[in-house]
Amino acid sequence: MKKIKLVIVGGGPAGLAAAKSAYDAGERDILILEREAELGGILNQCIHNGFGLHTFKEELTGPEYAARYIDEVKKRKINYKLEATVIDVSNDKVVTYVSAQDGLVQIQAKAIILACGCRERPRGAINIAGMRGAGVFSAGTAQKLVNIDGYLPGKEVVILGSGDIGLIMARRMTFEGAHVQAVVELMPYSSGLNRNIVQCLNDFGIPLYFSHTVVNIKGKDRVEGVVIAQVDEKLQPIKSTERLIPCDTLLLSVGLLPENELAKNAEVKLSPTTGGAIVDENLMTSVEGVFECGNVLHVHDLVDFVSAESENAGKRAVDYINGVSLTNEKTVIACTNGVRYCVPTVLNRDEIYAEQSFKMRVANVFKKVELAVLADGVKIYGRKRPVVAPGEMENITLNAEQIKALKQAKTVEITLIKGESK
Amino acid sequence: MSREMICINCPMGCHLTVDDTDKSNIKVTGNTCPRGVTYAVNEVTAPKRMVTGSAVVVGGTIPMVSVKTREAIPKELIFKSLEQLKAVRLKAPVRIGDVVIGNVCGCGVDFIATKNVDAE
Repeated sequence: MKKIKLVIVGGGPAGLAAAKSAYDAGERDILILEREAELGGILNQCIHNGFGLHTFKEELTGPEYAARYIDEVKKRKINYKLEATVIDVSNDKVVTYVSAQDGLVQIQAKAIILACGCRERPRGAINIAGMRGAGVFSAGTAQKLVNIDGYLPGKEVVILGSGDIGLIMARRMTFEGAHVQAVVELMPYSSGLNRNIVQCLNDFGIPLYFSHTVVNIKGKDRVEGVVIAQVDEKLQPIKSTERLIPCDTLLLSVGLLPENELAKNAEVKLSPTTGGAIVDENLMTSVEGVFECGNVLHVHDLVDFVSAESENAGKRAVDYINGVSLTNEKTVIACTNGVRYCVPTVLNRDEIYAEQSFKMRVANVFKKVELAVLADGVKIYGRKRPVVAPGEMENITLNAEQIKALKQAKTVEITLIKGESK
Repeated sequence: MSREMICINCPMGCHLTVDDTDKSNIKVTGNTCPRGVTYAVNEVTAPKRMVTGSAVVVGGTIPMVSVKTREAIPKELIFKSLEQLKAVRLKAPVRIGDVVIGNVCGCGVDFIATKNVDAE
């Protein structure tokens, strides 16, 4: 069997950044496996601007951001294979891929970085009743059709879900001549950025209905309309508020899920909250030598944060290959009082880095709160926030001294202290 | 005239009320920081937007190339600029930064390519 020190599954922003940093950390025996015909991943179809403000201090479009990292990978002559789909990763780190060029190939890796991104929740995941005519697309599929293939999937459009992809697609469809009738959002708030609500909906007079959902899809061969209804505080549709919106297309922007089928094969322990692996601060999973980064680990808002996280994973994977022990006694980080999750999920007791970032999401919109890190119940870090929302990932960075305090503690907690920051 | 808008500078999303009855003294309320005022005044005096889209490429490895305006253009030119873009037929290869349409709608800003497309 072929042996490669570091195999990276996925050639999108996470895989590219991990490869670059692994190379820069001294590793030369790297292979990126990408199932599409080009590197860059989902960025290739995200042709809108707004990428790279943190990484490059300028506002790029998705393809431009991808091109920067593709150039870095090519400059270093890092090996990659295109149209090569990984079908299995085993617990003892054998990666199996298939490609038309190579057939079925197995590689024994020393370390593996899973950088295979996330998938959109489909119609079946939200159980919308109704007929099964053509015209129901996930927002990302519509985005690919419009931006890469040059097809407009419909003309009279309703969008369910006001996450950023849904909002961006409302504008994109409008630009290409479609009429977006409404964006319908189950929750009383949007998980998308205000900027997108303003520039993708308000600019074009597209209504956004909060606390509404689609309860039925009409049309046998092609969508002819959707029935929407207001929901009560338990998110249950209110029968008397049902009304039909005639349309030929329904786009679903109803959430993203980390794609962890390969991780499951490798017996990686997953977090029920994020759907990604449970990782320590080295981004190593419960399987020694298997790392995760980017949207396969947890869904990010900004590609800039994916790149930063993945560069860290690349470095740590090289440490592991070089025999640095990354497996120590671990402390589980407890998330309480409105903090939904934190990555890393667990902390090793021993290693102390100069700084360590923690990324987290809250479960609801909270105003005037303090995001706090507690070691054995004592606050070692606090940051006041005028507002926190589920749609905005919070990022805190601790210094060596604070990390040391955490590692000596028996319990570590990340929490929201409410009403103290007036 | 008085208008309502949401400030886009940060997640706070302040609901602003802008009164531009007196053009030389535009009044903004509802903001919690000075950035809200700057945003609101720009929005009522000269709103601008980046426009991104795609253009047809002939003889390339892919059929469309993504494009953007080099900088934001006046908001009222969005649809006119897209009309111009629809008529374009580029010949591969196209490189990032290549001018796709110069001086879009006479506003002095170019549409440039944001993706490399090799010739087939």
